Amino acid sequence: MSEAVVPEPMIVIARAGHSYDGKRWQYRGLDLAVARGEVVAVLGPNGRGKSTLLRSIVGLNRPTSGTIRTNGPVGFVPQDFSTPFPYSVLDIVLMGRARHVHALKVPGRRDIAIARKSLAALDIEAFAERQFDSLSGGERQLALIARALASECPILLLDEPASALDLKNQDLVLGFIRRIAGSEGLTVVFTTHQPNHALAVADRALLMGEGDRTLIGDLASVMTESNLAALYHVPVRMIGYEEEGAELTTFAPTFRSQLERARSLGSANEGEP
Amino acid sequence: MRPGLVIAVLALVLLAASLASLGLGRYEIPALRVVRILLSGIVPSDIGLSEIERNVVFNVRLPRILTAICAGAGLALCGAALQGVFRNPLVGPHIIGVSSGAAFGGTLAILLSGSQSLLLLLAFAFGVLSLLMVYALHALVGRRDMLALVLAGVIIGGFFAALVSLAQYLADTEEKLPRIVFWLLGSFATADYDKLRLMLGPVVLGGLLLMLLRWRINILSLGDDDAQALGISVAGTRWLILVLIGLIVSAQVAVSGVIGWVGLVVPHMARMLVGPDHRPLLPASMLAGALYMVLIDDLARTITDSEIPLGILTALLGAPIFALIFFRSQRGGRGHV
Repeated sequence: MSEAVVPEPMIVIARAGHSYDGKRWQYRGLDLAVARGEVVAVLGPNGRGKSTLLRSIVGLNRPTSGTIRTNGPVGFVPQDFSTPFPYSVLDIVLMGRARHVHALKVPGRRDIAIARKSLAALDIEAFAERQFDSLSGGERQLALIARALASECPILLLDEPASALDLKNQDLVLGFIRRIAGSEGLTVVFTTHQPNHALAVADRALLMGEGDRTLIGDLASVMTESNLAALYHVPVRMIGYEEEGAELTTFAPTFRSQLERARSLGSANEGEP
Repeated sequence: MRPGLVIAVLALVLLAASLASLGLGRYEIPALRVVRILLSGIVPSDIGLSEIERNVVFNVRLPRILTAICAGAGLALCGAALQGVFRNPLVGPHIIGVSSGAAFGGTLAILLSGSQSLLLLLAFAFGVLSLLMVYALHALVGRRDMLALVLAGVIIGGFFAALVSLAQYLADTEEKLPRIVFWLLGSFATADYDKLRLMLGPVVLGGLLLMLLRWRINILSLGDDDAQALGISVAGTRWLILVLIGLIVSAQVAVSGVIGWVGLVVPHMARMLVGPDHRPLLPASMLAGALYMVLIDDLARTITDSEIPLGILTALLGAPIFALIFFRSQRGGRGHV
């Protein structure tokens, strides 16, 4: 009885793998336990099973091996989705309340208030009456995040939540993730193509490499130049700088085209008298 | 206009149209007199109302108009629900094969005997049977998605349509075939309270439950994955909705034959009035469907001396109306048909 009470993890992934055809594995032999209030960033090249993993955690596809358990309902933010009907943004966000509204009832005043509050949290109250599919890709993403927030799930999974967003809205969404994990204790798992997004908000990172070579750990041990370069097959530098008195780091990829351009410009300059 | 107001206006227009229709026909009765006759049914009084008038209103037109209201409301409600569940504004109650099943049941009954109650029974039974077959086929395929379900509906519907043709081919051309053809084209001409009662049960029960499920239809209309991720049981809810639709459509076909286009066109009109949200859309579709059916039936029984089958009128009117809606939606740049 002297042991400290270890809170039960919100997501437990045990030796889990998923394959659509039994040959090619989207992910394999994955072990991960995510604690309450923790933020995990999932990184990996296109087609390496990041979305499949999130869908497995939500329950949209069962892992073909191993198990995935969640301690509570899971809110999910897909990359994008379309509807054949011109629903308003408020209608869409309100649908996040599905779990809380009896099958034979319609959402009440309280549900509508929560939906509006969620819109406000993402700073998009002004979109409430607009048609969802008249929004830009980035605006739709914000609305879908608001919908997941309205679902009031203790676990939130976001599939590339910031991929279609401009810098200001990336900042908004990252700040939002930090806030709900910190002050509201939500457990967040999100996929991203931006190592800097992981640096900005994640406690741990999951790097999905080729085959079952996955790396899981805190940022300092996993998010290294060599790991990222191996993951993306692009040279990546970690650069430290100071901003508003804080020591910050950022990852800078080296794009081949830029390198070649700089070289040719350099050799042209050398040729001048 | 706010959706609530639109629904109220539709209800009033439906009431007015029904009263006017009660007076309409070869034996014309002014609307005010119709009201007095109806009131005399509740509070007996003899203020110079003839037996003929009372008979025409109570025994001929009232059951007929109530049947039209039930059929139109049921079909439009089913159409709106199906379009939501299948995320496809182009589907109607025919898509799940139930109409064809019920049509075959009725055809078989006419082929076997002249019994009216056998017709009602077999039409209803085969409507429900076709739904069960769709379910079984879908389950056999083992895929839980929507496309497989539509395909199962098309297969079962096609099968029963072929059986209907076979029955027509076998029917004796003097007596049975005309009856089959006329019944298949749809009519309220033989409506009475017994038939109305048969229809009322499934339509009221199914309609009530569908209405209660109207917000769930919003969620199903987002697609299987999204709906499931939002935490609802997709397959279960969808089947419950399909069973309710199967009941309503079977009852409607049993009583009044196959009436196409209403379930497809009316939800679009209602959507133009109240928007895509199924919370106001389902009640609006129901009222609009009832109104549409009452007006169509007015045409069917007054344009010519003999009755025009409903199926012909609903298609003749439905096709251009649908074309107009389609044209408008495309020109509007929204493309939501």
